[in-house]
Amino acid sequence: MSDKKEVSQRRKFLQKSLTVGGGIGGILASKNALSQTNDSNFLAIDPWTKVQGSTFINPPYGLPSKYEKNVVRVLPSPPPTFLTGSRTPLQNLHGIITPNGLVFERHHAGIPDINPDEHRLVIHGLVDRPMIFTMEDIVRFPSESRVYFLECSGNSAAELKKATGKTAQEIHGLLSCCEWTGVRLSTILQECGVQPSAKWALAEGADGAAMTRSIPMSKMMDDALLVYAQNGEMLRAEQGYPLRLFLPGYEGNMSIKWLRRIKLGTEPWQTREETSAYTDLLPTGKAEQFTFAMDVKSVITQPSGMMKLKSKGFYEVSGFAWSGKGMIKRVEVSTDGGTSWAQAVLQEPVMDKSLVRFRFPWMWDGAPAMLMSRAIDSSGAVQPSMGSLLKEKGTNFFYHNNAIQPWHVAANGEITNGR
Amino acid sequence: MVANRIPLKVIYSVLVIGSITACSSSYHSNGPVGIGKPISENQIRLWNIDIGPNGEGLPAGSGTAITGEVLFQQQCASCHGDKGQGSIANRLVGGGALNTNSPVKTVGSFWPYSTTIFDYTRRAMPHNAPQSLTNDQVYAATAYILYLNKIISQDAVMDAKTLPLVRMPNRDGFIPIER
Repeated sequence: MSDKKEVSQRRKFLQKSLTVGGGIGGILASKNALSQTNDSNFLAIDPWTKVQGSTFINPPYGLPSKYEKNVVRVLPSPPPTFLTGSRTPLQNLHGIITPNGLVFERHHAGIPDINPDEHRLVIHGLVDRPMIFTMEDIVRFPSESRVYFLECSGNSAAELKKATGKTAQEIHGLLSCCEWTGVRLSTILQECGVQPSAKWALAEGADGAAMTRSIPMSKMMDDALLVYAQNGEMLRAEQGYPLRLFLPGYEGNMSIKWLRRIKLGTEPWQTREETSAYTDLLPTGKAEQFTFAMDVKSVITQPSGMMKLKSKGFYEVSGFAWSGKGMIKRVEVSTDGGTSWAQAVLQEPVMDKSLVRFRFPWMWDGAPAMLMSRAIDSSGAVQPSMGSLLKEKGTNFFYHNNAIQPWHVAANGEITNGR
Repeated sequence: MVANRIPLKVIYSVLVIGSITACSSSYHSNGPVGIGKPISENQIRLWNIDIGPNGEGLPAGSGTAITGEVLFQQQCASCHGDKGQGSIANRLVGGGALNTNSPVKTVGSFWPYSTTIFDYTRRAMPHNAPQSLTNDQVYAATAYILYLNKIISQDAVMDAKTLPLVRMPNRDGFIPIER
């Protein structure tokens, strides 16, 4: 296809076919630019071109356009008595970075209000020197910034039993990706002197749940970060302000927020959050425990559930792929429900334990279709179909659902959950 | 205010004792740089509340299901039900077999360690006032939940010695994966 033809086709597509998202601002507004004029054949000068615009720093901390007001996190519907999480509007995101105001939340006792001047981190247990650090101490250490995804291990859990969610946000929205800045935990542990007998660490939050998880020292000495900033600014309160642990690729709850204490020991503590919760029940009645790393997974976000294709023609199928167990090597897309697969383009840079944006050109012929994506990581793991996942693990495991998400496209262009 | 001001002295010492690898976007120091203050275990005892599966960390104090029932009705029943049958918060009692199509995970059917009941209750319960119970109250609440699950008798005294000896029905129900 020539460039000129492609541009022309794309413009036609933008004008005619892109009311997806039902007003959620899915890709672009579909309003025909020519409709602004009295005579639809000629462009008039728009009113905003003929006046001075509003002033600077209005407000001082900038906000999204008012036309994007529907791009927000949502609670489950109906909301449970004790709220557990809010979900990221994946279908409205571009690139791989989740804006700080849209990062999903999972709290175990709400969001504590912590003055950073009063926050302390204690490291003790099997160390030569138990130490206490202020936030001023922590930001003095050598820092680094890394782009990592964060996914709740309960993401997409409800789908295991039956189709429940309607949108990418509802089904997969316990997923976000930020540039996280902080200090390698291994650097700070040098101040304390780790004793050789230390095999596990307990990380504890300062929230009302004093949330705790046991983490192997091998991970703590590898790529674990003490994070104080996300996407260029200090952590949001709901992300653990002023300090959180970050364990790249691991289930989200282990990256303890509002981190106040790390204790080194010889064995796991068997806390509530690694026994009663965040363990994966098998059909035998036994539960897998310490299933830390998130499995290879992907989801198409454009177009996706509750959007509508207004006409046949060209669409860019796009979404996210990620793995806690290796680099994303390949993403394949099917438009016929998994009968045939073709390779999608990965947006560079492709980073380890980050979301990866994939894109796939699709010419919709107007017939019913089933869109699917499957990711393959550097460990060789292939994202499974729901059928093969359930066959392997039953329907009770709840956590770590990484099954392929099908989106059904009806002849009228309406897109629904194809689970 | 938290400010990212690094005194020249610190930068110098990090550069001198640290290693800077070519082709790497970060460097790591090879030893302590002297940031932070030492602290004693005694100074952090109010934060040091974790309990190990063998009972390590359990404090002095004790309680039975008899005293626990009174506490439970006052502090726990409104969310967990008067017999721990569950309400707006999780069911704590019963549940039965786990190898069914709709398993019910409770303290009695699923939790592998008795020590976790003490640890979690002390750090996170009651929901409207975490870390407000005395150690005697936490022992009593733990005893009552164990009693409701028919794991201990009503008059069994739970303390730092006896609680870790209570063997939970699902003690062998977990397969550690560590991956």
